[in-house]
Amino acid sequence: MSVQIKTIDLEPKRQTFGHVARRLGGDKPATRYQEGTLDVQATANFHYKPLWEPEYWHYDTRKTAVVMEDWYKPLDPRQYYYATYNIARANMNQAVERNFAFVEERGLLETIGEATRAKLLTGFLPIRHLHWGSNMNMAEITQRGYGTAVTAPCIFSAGDHLGMAQIVSRIGLELDGQTGAALDAAKTAWMEDPAWQGVRRLIEDTFVERDWFQLYVAQTLGVNAVLLDMVYRHCDAAWGPSALTVAMLTEFMADWRAEDGKWSDAVVKTVAAESAENKALVSTWAKHWIDRAEEAGKPLSTALTGSPAAATTAADAARTRARALGLDL
Amino acid sequence: MAQIASITLLHNDDARPIIEAILADNPGVRVLNMPGAVKLDCDDELIVKRASVEERLGRPWEPQEIQLVLVSMAGNLDEDDDWFKLSWKH
Amino acid sequence: MAPKKLGLKQRYAHMTRGLDWETTYQPMDAVFPYDTFEGIKIKDWSAWEDPFRLTMDAYWKFQAEKERKLYAVLDAFAQNNGQTGVSDGRYVNVVKLFLTGISPEEYQAHRGFAFTGRHLRGAGPRVACQMQSLDELRHIQTQIHTISHYNKYFDGISEFPHMHDRVWYLSVPKSFFDDARTAGPFEFMIAIGFAFEYVLTNLLFVPFMSGAAYNGDMSTVTFGFSAQSDESRHMTLGIEVIKFLLEQHPDNLPIVQKWVDKWFWRGHRVLGLVAMMMDYMLPKKVMSWKEAWEIYFTEAGGSLFQDLARYGLKAPKYADVATADAEHISHQNWAVFYQYTHAAAFHTWMPDKEHLDWLSEKYPNTFDKYYRPRWEMWAEMEKQGKRFYNPSLPQLCQVCQIPMAYTEPGDPTKIAFRCSEVGGETYHFCSDGCKDIFDGEPEKYVQSWLPVHQIFQGACGGATIPDVLNYYRMNVGADNMDYVGSPDEKLWNEWHAGKAREAV
Ligand SMILES: [Fe+2]
Ligand SMILES: [Fe+2]
Ligand SMILES: [Zn+2]
Repeated sequence: MSVQIKTIDLEPKRQTFGHVARRLGGDKPATRYQEGTLDVQATANFHYKPLWEPEYWHYDTRKTAVVMEDWYKPLDPRQYYYATYNIARANMNQAVERNFAFVEERGLLETIGEATRAKLLTGFLPIRHLHWGSNMNMAEITQRGYGTAVTAPCIFSAGDHLGMAQIVSRIGLELDGQTGAALDAAKTAWMEDPAWQGVRRLIEDTFVERDWFQLYVAQTLGVNAVLLDMVYRHCDAAWGPSALTVAMLTEFMADWRAEDGKWSDAVVKTVAAESAENKALVSTWAKHWIDRAEEAGKPLSTALTGSPAAATTAADAARTRARALGLDL
Repeated sequence: MAQIASITLLHNDDARPIIEAILADNPGVRVLNMPGAVKLDCDDELIVKRASVEERLGRPWEPQEIQLVLVSMAGNLDEDDDWFKLSWKH
Repeated sequence: MAPKKLGLKQRYAHMTRGLDWETTYQPMDAVFPYDTFEGIKIKDWSAWEDPFRLTMDAYWKFQAEKERKLYAVLDAFAQNNGQTGVSDGRYVNVVKLFLTGISPEEYQAHRGFAFTGRHLRGAGPRVACQMQSLDELRHIQTQIHTISHYNKYFDGISEFPHMHDRVWYLSVPKSFFDDARTAGPFEFMIAIGFAFEYVLTNLLFVPFMSGAAYNGDMSTVTFGFSAQSDESRHMTLGIEVIKFLLEQHPDNLPIVQKWVDKWFWRGHRVLGLVAMMMDYMLPKKVMSWKEAWEIYFTEAGGSLFQDLARYGLKAPKYADVATADAEHISHQNWAVFYQYTHAAAFHTWMPDKEHLDWLSEKYPNTFDKYYRPRWEMWAEMEKQGKRFYNPSLPQLCQVCQIPMAYTEPGDPTKIAFRCSEVGGETYHFCSDGCKDIFDGEPEKYVQSWLPVHQIFQGACGGATIPDVLNYYRMNVGADNMDYVGSPDEKLWNEWHAGKAREAV
């Protein structure tokens, strides 16, 4: 004989927050990405105009020329929120540690020839500064952009660029016996070597871009898709017999680029698809910054490989990519 | 008036060796127990020594790891490979 | 050559320092357009010391480990229906006030530190600010994820972002952070990095999270203490900033002093909400607000300002008034929310006898004399079916935006009123502290989006209370009013009756 005992009723009253439910089209269970992202930024009834930019509110859709009916459309296909982002990067970094240990144990950077060493010092290490500049741009979009859907992944990307700048720094420290001399030489090259000046001019010009979505396009389709891809993917020949070592030590960058690109492509595609006006603007910006990046990359490509072809290859790939996102180039 | 250098740590297994190291290395330390956390106060200076924590933990430990159990602190921080120090001394 | 292992300081220096450069294709002042207008003079950014010296690899490693632990607790809490095991159904109102009033400010901090993380000219502070920006995003997201589980069962939090932009008392913390976000980058650093993180945040998190632990809320205490482990990095950034500014140029002192005075007072007013949570809303109490103030402001702040005195910086103006206020502030705030319970998205109640006795013991100088008789009268009116509501709309302080219910320093029977005239208009304040802030920057504070003014101007859905509550998306009869008689209470009682049956 069993006695019927009424168990405690633990049926939830609601599955998720009201604003999330309205976006999901009903009260259904939501993911942590959705709850941690959707409508998180304030949108109304601000108190004071910024002392530093009184023409706008601190969250203001007018800080870019593109117009979205809803800035929560450009979502992150990786569905990153803080925890999943950090766990993914911590895992990627374990591979970095293994690779550096492997290279150190076998002394792989000690036996490279003088020519390759010199090339790495002045032709590769200065890219840490380009990552630093990219970090500044992603921080800028985080503060200036509109809507958590776009801005939250931007601070992740800013952290990624800082992390990559530091990985490049570690390569420098491997090359100079941990003295920092290689990093000094690389900085001199960044500031003075003609091969880098187009790149430096381009990134400095992005620093003063006020339209945050144009900056997003310049960074992701210009800097990332042309300049970073050129150095990390199309200049293997420059490192001679050490190409494999360089590839190991920059595995993080390759993995990151594939993943971050998936996100930035989705954002550009969604914003361009919103309206004919957006499409025209984003297309103009993409063309402008890809063209500029190609020109900026040519002297570097020539210094590294003896020919400007790597810059053109990377820029063409970026154009193909942009067209696949619906842009007219 | 003495200035109080202070550290508040989670009261859990991970923090216990650190708490014990602080108690051993800082004579006169005062302990305030709260639900879930413990506050340790010293006049002027409080130090967490890497060697003392490692002794209790039985494995290598970096002072940066203190972040995993740190709740709050007061004093100017000096962190190095061998210690994590909070101090009002100059 | 055998690579030698670098020490922490050297490694950090090599990996981070020198990444930045003096731009030449664009002028530095165009690249960093915002870090001069406040009048702060920096001679040498490279003198900046970042004592935490975290590189991104270490950041990811530590933060991933913290997150794995935290989410394991959150998952277990949900699976075990931890919400049924807290001390009392009333407890959840603390969580409600936290998500609606505090979590959105974590988000503001995230965006604000991205601003300073881009726009301060020195590389050292920028890196520290960016990590803090990441951390603050962590805080809002972990808080949403923790409280998401409570939202499934309890009312009042389902519309938290909508409410945060609209509801009258939520404009208190919102205007505080809007104020900091719209200030220049150095003021933001002093406001949030120093005054809030270093001087005041302990008062928010430590006793409060300890309270969550004591009340059986293992999920909130876990996110709270886990957030605090980031907070200690933030506190370090805050103290480094103030020392750096004061060391760089003597002309910085009066500017910094003005900001310290302003942000201390503003922070003190916002924390009145926390005072009320601690003294009135935690069913099981850890320490009184007054005790927390003594430990975390009088004692810790005393040591701090003693240290900063060598730069000529003085303890914040009105610190003595704030310390005297600690005897009153929680009671006066609770009185406000009790009267306006129909317009608040959490529940209120009159303390029971045991609770009253605790308050009498903790506040021997004030409670029996000024507050207990009123609470007993209101409880008596409830019994007679004449529960006291205030049907009028209160006047708000133009600066802190709290209803004008605070009393004169030294006379707890008299409401304090201050005012200033600008452009033929009179503006009202709750205190000398708020009036000073207004007088220092009237162009800023005349802009305040004051909820009561907005209601009168018809900007909040209409002229009647139901119109306004509708504009707030307040679920009337569930989100608002007393705990007794609420759906929360009904559910809680069912769970506990059920538990009692199961135990038989
Ligand atoms: Fe925070
Ligand atoms: Fe913080
Ligand atoms: Zn006020």
